[in-house]
Amino acid sequence: MVRVLVLTGNGTNCEYETSHVLKLAGADQVDVRMVWELLDGVFSMEDYDMIVFPGGFMDGDHLGSARATAHRFTHARPGGQRPVVEQIMTVHERGGLVIGICNGFQLLVKLGLLPWPGQGQKVTLTHNLSGRFEDRWVHLAVDKNSPCVFTRGLERLELPVRHGEGRLVFAPEVLEAVNAAHLAPLRYVHPDQSQPTEEYPHNPNGSPQGIAALTDPTGRIFGLMPHPEAFTHRTNHPRWTRLPELPEEGVGVQIFRNAIQYLKG
Amino acid sequence: MIRIEVSVRPGLHDPMGEADSRALRKFLSIPVQGVRVVRVYTIDGDVPPEVCREFAASALADPVSEIFTVDEPVPGGCDWICEVSYRPGVTDNEGRTATEALRFMYPDAPVVYFAKQYRLTGGNLTREDVEKAAAEYFANQLIQSWSIVPGSDAAIKPYVPKVTSAHEPTVNTYSIDAPAEKWSEWSTANVWALKPRELEAILSHFRNPAVQQLRTERGLPRDITDVEIECIAQSWSEHCKHKIFSSEITYTDERGETRVIDGLFKTYIRGATERVRQLKGEKDQCLSVFTDNAGVVSFNEDWALVFKVETHNSPSALDPYGGALTGIVGVNRDPFGTGMGANLLFNTDVFCLADPYTEDVPDGLLHPLRILEGVRLGVEHGGNQSGIPTVNGSVLFHQGYLGKPVIYAGTGAFMPRRIAGREAYRKYPEPGHAIVMVGGRIGKDGIHGATFSSEELSGESPSSAVQIGDPITQKRMFDFLLMARDRGLYSAITDNGAGGLSSSVGEMATMTGGARLDLSKPLLKYHGLDPWEILVSESQERMTVAVPQENLNDFLKLAQKMRVEATHVGEFTDTGYFELEYDGRLVGLLDLEFLHDGVPRMHLEVRYEPRQEDVVSDGGLVPVDKALPELLGSLNIASKEYWVRQYDHEVKGGSVVKPLVGAEDDGPSDGAVWRPFLDSYEGVVVAHGIVPRYSEIDARAMAQAAFDEAVRNAVAVGGDPETFSALDNFAWPDPLPGAPDWEWKLASLVRTNEALYEMCEAYEIPLISGKDSMKNDARLDDGTWISIPPTLLVSLIGRVPDVRRAVTMDVKAPGHWVYIIGMTRRELGASEYAIRFSLNEYGVPRVDNPAELFNNYKKLHKAIASGLVSAVHDLSDGGLGVAAAEMAFAGRLGMELDLGEVPADGTHPDSVLMFSESQGRLLVTVSPRHARRFEKIMTGTTMARIGLTVSEPVLTVQGSQGTYGFDVHELHGAWKRPLAL
Repeated sequence: MVRVLVLTGNGTNCEYETSHVLKLAGADQVDVRMVWELLDGVFSMEDYDMIVFPGGFMDGDHLGSARATAHRFTHARPGGQRPVVEQIMTVHERGGLVIGICNGFQLLVKLGLLPWPGQGQKVTLTHNLSGRFEDRWVHLAVDKNSPCVFTRGLERLELPVRHGEGRLVFAPEVLEAVNAAHLAPLRYVHPDQSQPTEEYPHNPNGSPQGIAALTDPTGRIFGLMPHPEAFTHRTNHPRWTRLPELPEEGVGVQIFRNAIQYLKG
Repeated sequence: MIRIEVSVRPGLHDPMGEADSRALRKFLSIPVQGVRVVRVYTIDGDVPPEVCREFAASALADPVSEIFTVDEPVPGGCDWICEVSYRPGVTDNEGRTATEALRFMYPDAPVVYFAKQYRLTGGNLTREDVEKAAAEYFANQLIQSWSIVPGSDAAIKPYVPKVTSAHEPTVNTYSIDAPAEKWSEWSTANVWALKPRELEAILSHFRNPAVQQLRTERGLPRDITDVEIECIAQSWSEHCKHKIFSSEITYTDERGETRVIDGLFKTYIRGATERVRQLKGEKDQCLSVFTDNAGVVSFNEDWALVFKVETHNSPSALDPYGGALTGIVGVNRDPFGTGMGANLLFNTDVFCLADPYTEDVPDGLLHPLRILEGVRLGVEHGGNQSGIPTVNGSVLFHQGYLGKPVIYAGTGAFMPRRIAGREAYRKYPEPGHAIVMVGGRIGKDGIHGATFSSEELSGESPSSAVQIGDPITQKRMFDFLLMARDRGLYSAITDNGAGGLSSSVGEMATMTGGARLDLSKPLLKYHGLDPWEILVSESQERMTVAVPQENLNDFLKLAQKMRVEATHVGEFTDTGYFELEYDGRLVGLLDLEFLHDGVPRMHLEVRYEPRQEDVVSDGGLVPVDKALPELLGSLNIASKEYWVRQYDHEVKGGSVVKPLVGAEDDGPSDGAVWRPFLDSYEGVVVAHGIVPRYSEIDARAMAQAAFDEAVRNAVAVGGDPETFSALDNFAWPDPLPGAPDWEWKLASLVRTNEALYEMCEAYEIPLISGKDSMKNDARLDDGTWISIPPTLLVSLIGRVPDVRRAVTMDVKAPGHWVYIIGMTRRELGASEYAIRFSLNEYGVPRVDNPAELFNNYKKLHKAIASGLVSAVHDLSDGGLGVAAAEMAFAGRLGMELDLGEVPADGTHPDSVLMFSESQGRLLVTVSPRHARRFEKIMTGTTMARIGLTVSEPVLTVQGSQGTYGFDVHELHGAWKRPLAL
């Protein structure tokens, strides 16, 4: 019995397709719940085996993407309980999974949960080098040596990005440590090559070394800028009408199936 | 006060500042070397220093990429500082979020205000340069103020743009005994926009002894209160009452035949829909048309589709960002406020502007590029932040839009067919149900729409000129209301748009027969609003709902839980009156019948004089090889990828045909296909047509072409033409006596309506909703007018039976046969080709045989739904040449065409066959293995096989005057470059 929480409210807007893909991936119970109930202590993160932070614009990204919500999750004590960030840590420590997509990834980073939970915020996601929000499909290569449980068995995939603040910023030593531990499971690549790229538009935001996602050393926390929930069926692919060989199921589903299968052991 | 400054950490990129720097150099030629952005948060009071630092470190500044300082300038030298803050009372979304964040840590904390500082470097920069940058790029003086100081100056002292009105709310009266001239004066001074005949009707109503007796009984003064006259002015405005569309028009056509039109709306718009519904019989899809905020049609047994398109022209002309943002979040509320409420599904947008490269713009007007960028950002924020995909739209250019841009925004939605056992497209308010206002608070925003005076904009008084929307407040409200809807907590819902509460409550009151509204109840943004201001304010993000008393407590509790403000402000009644109270006493009493039906009808008389002879010229034509690459670079044809990419067109996961398609995701789609329910293959098609150029010759041709183009576009991607529903949006120059050339503008309006009716009837497509915007002119200081061309936008929705059969416009593979559907005539009048090369061609494209065209579309749809075609593209701006080029380069493949095979009504020069814009035409590619079946289905249509797709990326055209070869990549470059801003 795998119970999954999809958190929404206050500007999150991908909850519908995110809950859809989780059901396709085999989750037994998918609850789409409002952040307000969480903050009022009506439920706890600890009621779930997997926590999903979908894309959107929490608080309108007014103080920087996901910053106001990260602040709230760190400082508020829902119903006198522990702050939300600590509840997330508990789920993680007992073997649960956490995924943040786009705005959800921004939140995980700003909560200090990626790449090393408990060590404070070491990296950030900020404005694309272009200075623009962009919706475009990108090519991604998977690091097979990454501990990430979500990307297991995948090699290459195409997914859409839809963001204005997707560029990772690291201190140099942090970037080295991320590389050494294979904590960047997905990298933007040129369509015809396998090497990570910093070239626009294949790398849509200017992230160093093409990094598009981060995981923690356990591989059980995963944050990514591209939207796997936006590719659940072949007709989502921008070139599906010219690619008869595309499978019926979109490759985005596999990311979630990996997670559910992991939890089911 | 405490001032916190935040900036990007030195040494890191500041992409937003870099983008500003590029824009200043490129668009304003300001010699700036660099711009760095500093965000400024000012706390209007005291908090303990340790709280303040923790607040800044946790909520305002990013520990990795940013630095902050408290009460001192953040490090980083520059030559000039320009700091921009909002004027008092203007919506400050960042400030609101910051205040919320601070109160999390320190519950009674004061309000936080946001400002943005730009630090400019550049040795040659003068104060004038920076003033120019502020006035024309960083700020909008209607809603923002700025200060400029040399970079060497000491710190900027903390300040806040707080509203500090000492005004005590009052109710004034206007004498019913005052002479007519006095009333006209008042009407002008107070922006009631009431005409003499209307004022006469109002005065005669109030002088009526029965009315006076009731006023005495109810303790009201003899004279009209400001609450009452403002309410009437709103209800009787052109915006709400569509006085031109309901006027009686005596019209004489080009043959000299005169007839009396009993209202354009009734005769042609509603008339068309009634006719179509009759023709379709059991296949009629209309559920709710013209009676609600948006049209509702059936989609399947469980769901209905809702669609509305609006314009937001004047606000966008004044404040492009705020105007467009409010336009999109405003039109979101229309479907949301339809029936019992709908789930929003997609947005559309169409921008009509002057050439962004225009050199001279008259004083008092914003530069089209400025408008374009502001509007783009407004729709980007409004759509993206609301999580609603922008799936379809266009950007088009005409110098007539220099005076006023036309900014269309549309929203589609779906609603369950039934909620709690009742049809969801209807409303069920009853006398006694509570009136509850939900969402944002009321301020002076948007009072009297876009009118403003210098006094209102200076000093400490709040700005009422324009409104700024807040998508997140609205999204929170929608999340709450959908939950309340599904729990059956309310009985009716409508939005607060134009006219605010006076319209929303006033209109819903007609359903129960009355309403009592207490104007002291709504929550205000700040003190000092008069009751009439509370009644007509257009502050954003508000809905009005009717709540049965027994649910009121649950409704308000749920709102509180979801962090949404909801206020009980009155009751619906059946007294026949709209009763307005303030502070425990009656301040207005309006007979509902008079309020809604008392406006005197206008009578207009006009004769149509054809403007230009409708004949073909024998002028010289520009040869095909020179013309095609140039045409692809015309602004109306060139790629709009710049806009498309900056709008999220995929959120909600149902994207099937995207705005950009093809081998490298950059071909221009004809329409959008969307899968609203991810567990089903049923799809919605969304498309539109708009060709204002043609109205310069004949608006009738414009209307036909707009309608036909919308239908072609929707068919081309896989829509079933028998399920289409259309929306009409008229944007017109002033067509009333007094305006220059008004007869032609009014006659054009009549002709557009006639054509629209005929097209609807022939295509059996009902109009389900629409809107008119009738005063799109700018009057310059020297007395000249800049008027928009008469513009009709036709938007269309329909069903795609199975999205897996949807088609895109890009050539898929070599060896496919190319067919053209439809007849080509010498119709180059007002075409992109004629305009580009300044040719005197007057044969404007016309649709003389709509029934035949529609038959072609039905057959084509059958072929598409049978999976027989590999690509379809409609022939519109630039004709066959442009369509073929677009299909080829979108697929990065080539095409060979033989113009000799193109069905035409005579022998035409190559340029005519290539660039004529005859309606009803599409290009189709078909794999040879499907060709026989395809041709069989298309039997009886005007169609010919004119070529073949090839692997070599070359477009080869065999004509009677020569053979033309084009490198597809070169054509692509010519098309892609001009608007890559």
